Amino acid sequence: MLIALAVMALLAAVIGTVLGYAAIKFKVEGNPLVERIDAILPQTQCGQCGFPGCRPYAEAIAHGEAEINRCPPGGEEGIHRLADLLGVEFKPFGEDQAQPKPKSVAVIDEPLCIGCTLCIQACPVDAIVGAAKQMHVIIADQCTGCELCVPPCPVECIRMEPIALGVNNWKWDYPVAEITRIPHGKAAS
Amino acid sequence: MKRILHTFHGGIHPPQHKLESTQLPIALAPLPPKLVIPLIQHIGTPAQPLVEPGDLVLKGQVIGQPEGAISAAIHASSSGRVVALEPHAIPHPSGIPQLAVVIEVDGDDRWVEHSPLDYRTAERGELLSRLKAAGVVGLGGAVFPSHVKLDPQQYKLQTLILNGAECEPWISSDDMLMRERAADIVKGIDILRYLLGPQEIIVGIEDNKPEAIAALRSASQGCGIEVAAIPTIYPGGGERQLIKVLTGKEVPVGVRPFNVGVVCTNIATAYSIHRAVNLGEPVISRIVTVTGNVRQPRNFEALVGTPLHHLIALAGGVLPDTKRYLMGGPMMGVPLPSLDVPLVKASNCILALSEQLQAPPPPALPCIRCTRCADACPMDLGPFELYWFACGKNFGKAQEYDLFDCIECACCDYVCPSHIPLVHYFRFAKSEIWAREKEKEAADAARQRHEFRQLRLEREKAEKMAKHAKAAGTAPSDSDAKKAAIQAALERAKAKKAAVVPKNVENLPPQAQHEIDQIEARRAAPHNAEIPNDTDSATSN
Repeated sequence: MLIALAVMALLAAVIGTVLGYAAIKFKVEGNPLVERIDAILPQTQCGQCGFPGCRPYAEAIAHGEAEINRCPPGGEEGIHRLADLLGVEFKPFGEDQAQPKPKSVAVIDEPLCIGCTLCIQACPVDAIVGAAKQMHVIIADQCTGCELCVPPCPVECIRMEPIALGVNNWKWDYPVAEITRIPHGKAAS
Repeated sequence: MKRILHTFHGGIHPPQHKLESTQLPIALAPLPPKLVIPLIQHIGTPAQPLVEPGDLVLKGQVIGQPEGAISAAIHASSSGRVVALEPHAIPHPSGIPQLAVVIEVDGDDRWVEHSPLDYRTAERGELLSRLKAAGVVGLGGAVFPSHVKLDPQQYKLQTLILNGAECEPWISSDDMLMRERAADIVKGIDILRYLLGPQEIIVGIEDNKPEAIAALRSASQGCGIEVAAIPTIYPGGGERQLIKVLTGKEVPVGVRPFNVGVVCTNIATAYSIHRAVNLGEPVISRIVTVTGNVRQPRNFEALVGTPLHHLIALAGGVLPDTKRYLMGGPMMGVPLPSLDVPLVKASNCILALSEQLQAPPPPALPCIRCTRCADACPMDLGPFELYWFACGKNFGKAQEYDLFDCIECACCDYVCPSHIPLVHYFRFAKSEIWAREKEKEAADAARQRHEFRQLRLEREKAEKMAKHAKAAGTAPSDSDAKKAAIQAALERAKAKKAAVVPKNVENLPPQAQHEIDQIEARRAAPHNAEIPNDTDSATSN
């Protein structure tokens, strides 16, 4: 009886020590789920989901406060990936919500620009270069196409241009067997 | 000493069809009336146009400047007038028109001023910049800029391999080049030897080209160049396959050949290096095989930018049952949308095909897992497994099974009894994965920029607050302290107001004292005292 108790106590002590050490050593800071959701989101920071940026939306999803179908730039594929990650059902975009659009970049009509810096302040990724009373320019490579710079412009000189298909962003299509008509008579043979 | 040759896994023996186009010597294609020179003829960033419509250009003049680290210069192939700078159809599987310079040739074929470079006295960097300026790219098909590939600072080189295998059926441009211009190729190899300092140089040529082997052997006598005849098996001219056959070295996954001390270059590239350095001529022409369903198949030395219908006409035109055209061979060639596209640096062959020469594959049937594709794969992959993953868009799994090792040689397509377009599936999967990786990179960059912006905004806010606090003279640590500060300021102001003492009021004359008294009395009772108009008109209103 005493030996049994001693063994159990010893086991408890050893396992407790190991677990206690692991809890300190392998402590995870923050919610790792937020990181993984954030990694799937397209980082346009456009706010179409109703949250001020991708990370707040990721946090809302992680806490179960937001649906997974609120991110139009991520497209249906983004919803599929979020559904896979979270183990929930795929949910299409609601009809009353913002719909996915072709990827585009903002373009400033430079002769019209008055240099008011309002768009620079609106850009979430600092993709607009310029200074007060100087012409502004959008760095196309950095532009996420969030459209946040379009409404603040007082002279409406910013427009969104869809990214043209070129040799560098062209993709091979999924192989599809062509349906061909078999000449009459051959089918029977 | 005879070199011990090795073998690689798989490979196939398709019908050769080389004899058709090797009966006649290389012919110089006459000047076409119009040249269309695309600004992207290489892997990497398109060149930046340097000319505008209306400009007069000379033969060999730079019309496209290299842009970025991986890019190559583009030159005018003949003298004439630039008539347009517009998107034009190019030989690319997408069929998307690309920016091209259209030149109306004047027929004079006047050269721009150019001079040879003595590579023996030149710095290596000077030699590389000459290659860059001359637009030298790998002419084996990948068109990778040579000045990047041959940068000797990157590696310690043991073996330099010159690729003269030309394993794909129908094509004979390298074969004819070696037969007729072996001496010039050897001069190009000498430049490569100087540039790279390899311990050994081997030229690998498939043994179905005895004339080329003999020509190169006699031209390279006593030069320390070994010409090795390798067995004819497709794709023996693949870079990794050739390295395996000649050296026995297997280039590991995700590693470039130079990491195992080998550099492999096409013999046509060596020839254009000779032209660029010893003659000062940029890459403005190449040898191209025009063969297949044409009346007189042969090889032409044609200017870059020559419309392909011009070359087809030189080969006697096509036979009436021609169905389609390929740029390259039947295994890896790019289908051409029309013959209006120009000859580019990558065009080693123009192949006209009829249904009799190569019937279109019958509709694909389901995979029966016979694994013949795995037996034929020269990269030791399992194409049937990759096919399942690409078919189901399971790209992560496809990458796990080394999809990116696939060289798209189409051996698996060739042997598949179900006629599944396997390579098409692999290309689809590869381009999807690339697109995703690009998106991921863009997203990561955007996240970083967004986070940095937020950090900056917060920092600016904090700095502003600190500045205001400093101006107020107190630290606004919390709202109570702030209130207290405001209260104190108010009291200070009150005390100051109360403490205001009128100045210069001593020793006043009695009249002035009387006036002051009157004013004081009015101020004390402003509303119940009637102000006489005549005495104080200035203050009334």
